[in-house]
Amino acid sequence: MPHFRQNRLCLREYFNMFNEEENRDTFDIQISVSDPEKVGDGMNAYMVYKVLTKTSLSIFSRDEVCVKRRFSDFLGLHSKLASKYMHMGYIVPPAPEKSIVGMTKVKVGKEDLSSVEFVEKRRSALERYLLRTVKHPALLKDPDVLQFLESSELPRAVSTQALSGAGILRMVNKAADAVNKMTIKMNESDAWFEEKQQQFENLDVQLRKLHASVESLVCHRKELSVNTASFAKSAAMLGNSEDHTALSRALSQLAEVEEKIDQLHQDQACADFYLISELLGDYVRLITAVKGVFDQRMKTWAKCQDAQVMLQRKREAEAKLQHANKPDKLQQAKDEIREWEGKVQQGERDFEQISKNIRREVGRFEKDRVKDFRVVIIKYLESLVHTQQQMIKYWEAFLPEAKAIA
Amino acid sequence: MTSISEDSDKEKVHSVSVDLNNDASLVIDIPDALCERDKVKFTVHTKTTLSSFQKPEYSVQRQHEDFIWLHDTIVETEEYAGLIIPPAPPKPDFEGPREKMHKLGEGESSMTKEEYAKMKQELEKTVQVHEVFLQRLSSHPMFRKDRNFQIFLEYDQDLTVRRKNAKEMFGGFFKNMVKSADEVLISGVKEVDEFFEQEKNFLLDYSSKIKDATAKAEKMTRSHKNVADDYNHISGALNNTAADNNTAFKKHLEKCAEVFEKLRVSISKVEDRMASDQELKLTELLRYYTRDIQAAKDLLYRRARALADYENSNKALDKARLKGKDVAQAEENQKQCLQKFDKLSESGKKELTSFKARRVVAFRKNLIEMTELEIKHAKNSVSLLQGSIEILKSN
Repeated sequence: MPHFRQNRLCLREYFNMFNEEENRDTFDIQISVSDPEKVGDGMNAYMVYKVLTKTSLSIFSRDEVCVKRRFSDFLGLHSKLASKYMHMGYIVPPAPEKSIVGMTKVKVGKEDLSSVEFVEKRRSALERYLLRTVKHPALLKDPDVLQFLESSELPRAVSTQALSGAGILRMVNKAADAVNKMTIKMNESDAWFEEKQQQFENLDVQLRKLHASVESLVCHRKELSVNTASFAKSAAMLGNSEDHTALSRALSQLAEVEEKIDQLHQDQACADFYLISELLGDYVRLITAVKGVFDQRMKTWAKCQDAQVMLQRKREAEAKLQHANKPDKLQQAKDEIREWEGKVQQGERDFEQISKNIRREVGRFEKDRVKDFRVVIIKYLESLVHTQQQMIKYWEAFLPEAKAIA
Repeated sequence: MTSISEDSDKEKVHSVSVDLNNDASLVIDIPDALCERDKVKFTVHTKTTLSSFQKPEYSVQRQHEDFIWLHDTIVETEEYAGLIIPPAPPKPDFEGPREKMHKLGEGESSMTKEEYAKMKQELEKTVQVHEVFLQRLSSHPMFRKDRNFQIFLEYDQDLTVRRKNAKEMFGGFFKNMVKSADEVLISGVKEVDEFFEQEKNFLLDYSSKIKDATAKAEKMTRSHKNVADDYNHISGALNNTAADNNTAFKKHLEKCAEVFEKLRVSISKVEDRMASDQELKLTELLRYYTRDIQAAKDLLYRRARALADYENSNKALDKARLKGKDVAQAEENQKQCLQKFDKLSESGKKELTSFKARRVVAFRKNLIEMTELEIKHAKNSVSLLQGSIEILKSN
């Protein structure tokens, strides 16, 4: 089974630097998710994570808070934020995916490498989720977010089925379906929205392709590591069998170099995964959220249209009643007209508001995306540089050994 | 049609063996090879000062099967029983690229750059291994005088007819013997000679170890190439992502596209070179010596058979003496068997000693070259990566 060395230091390093970038931007809040702890036994067991917030922002009651949260708490937070803000056109960062398989292994108590990996992957994902959430200026001030970060006791989120990442996705898809079923196609007066939607469609496709390629890379790099280790052993055996002393020594040294290189491959695979692959996965989910807000806008427009249709009907009804000599019904009709005029106005205001919000959100999203990618790519390239420099060291140490074969 | 006559960026190094073209009286090389459909045509170029050749310089076209024919005739020549026969070059393996060529018909322009590069690499490998085979023969005092070898180098027509005739004549009797009998026979020999006892033990153990190392090296190289391929796809995909986004950050993204193109070179191409250099120097070395060790074992096998024959002839002589019949014939037979055995032992000793020396030198050369190349590529990669980081940071 491919081994995937847990290098907490390597991950911490990378993500602390990620955090620092944020600080340089006068964004004065640091969040870390750490110390996963298993609580309970068997199928009722769950993992609890330590969430540490360090900040000088005044909306927080203390400058350093540490709380314990479980996965469903995160999902609960996300579902609250989604229900509050998505319909206003805010891009709410999606929560990490649920995983029945992964969690079952952990619950059952398998202390093997794959469950350790799983927990680490989840811990990292939760951390990124919180960082993205607080980066959003409106969400940062949200009382649910503050409660999540500060409050020592949190009411347990119920029915997390609907609240999972997949659940939200279903919600978004339902909205999309509703949009598709609309008989009146939206008359897009604003070319910006049409253009942007197309761009996000394209981006979605490209990111998924990229993600698939990177997953392939991670897989192959792990294979390379296994095969290198295997070759190292074989080379050592060959060295033992070799009867020429100097050559035998050199082959043993070669085996040692290859073992060290195997370690490098493992560390690099780690970086491949946590820096690039997970980031891409995050963005694929984020794009879904972005597409979701566009659909919300369509829904809002549809509602506005429906209200206008209703108003028209009410006016027609009132006109008919003018000649019917039913003063009570006429009054009712006039009242209803006023009601629906109000609704139309509200609808138009909502539509304007959501359009404005989306423009702002998309601008912010794009700026962040560019920055995120740039930061991560730089980190990744630096990891590659480090790997290559180590390779140079190992091979340069081996060279005199090879030359010593006489 | 793919040709390798231009080798601009790689020194032509005779990887698995020391420079076998030392003796100017017979110099052989394969300067060119054409890959047509599923056949490879090698251009064998000979320069000689030997009087046994009709001309001082030749250039002939040979196919892989011609090399095999030559190898087989040498194996089946009784005279060479006491020598290590240079292993036959393996069949050129163009499975992937070949299928593609069949589908597309002619023209490398319809192959992607990567497929073409892979094909070129395979071609270089196969040329190398065919060339070394010939050079082993030319640098050996006995093989270089072989009549069929000379025909191979000189005859300006197709060797196909000759090959067919040879098959009928020899019937491959050595080849038909069950190879598994080798090991049993060799290890069963009651060895009085200390040298051969040691050699036998060494070769039996070493041959399984080197076979294993070769297999593991092949797997490692393949994984390495997969990683290089992935990087290629990734940088292509990154390019698409950067190019296709018409936002206010267009200028920034254009710069990114420039960086990503540079990255494609620094990461994927370098990884690919590292993988193929490792293959050429390490994997090919191990592959070659696996075959060569087998050739050495074959020699031991032939000697063991000769010993068995001698022991049998002794028994036959004793029997004849007892019966008082055909004694002279039995004595003659015994004398011949002993002669043959002694000859094989004497020449075998020389061959195995020089084989060890050759092996050590080849390993040394290849390990050094591989290490130097890995260092070179890694340094190159570092400077390219650092350049890209600079550009990205300066934004």
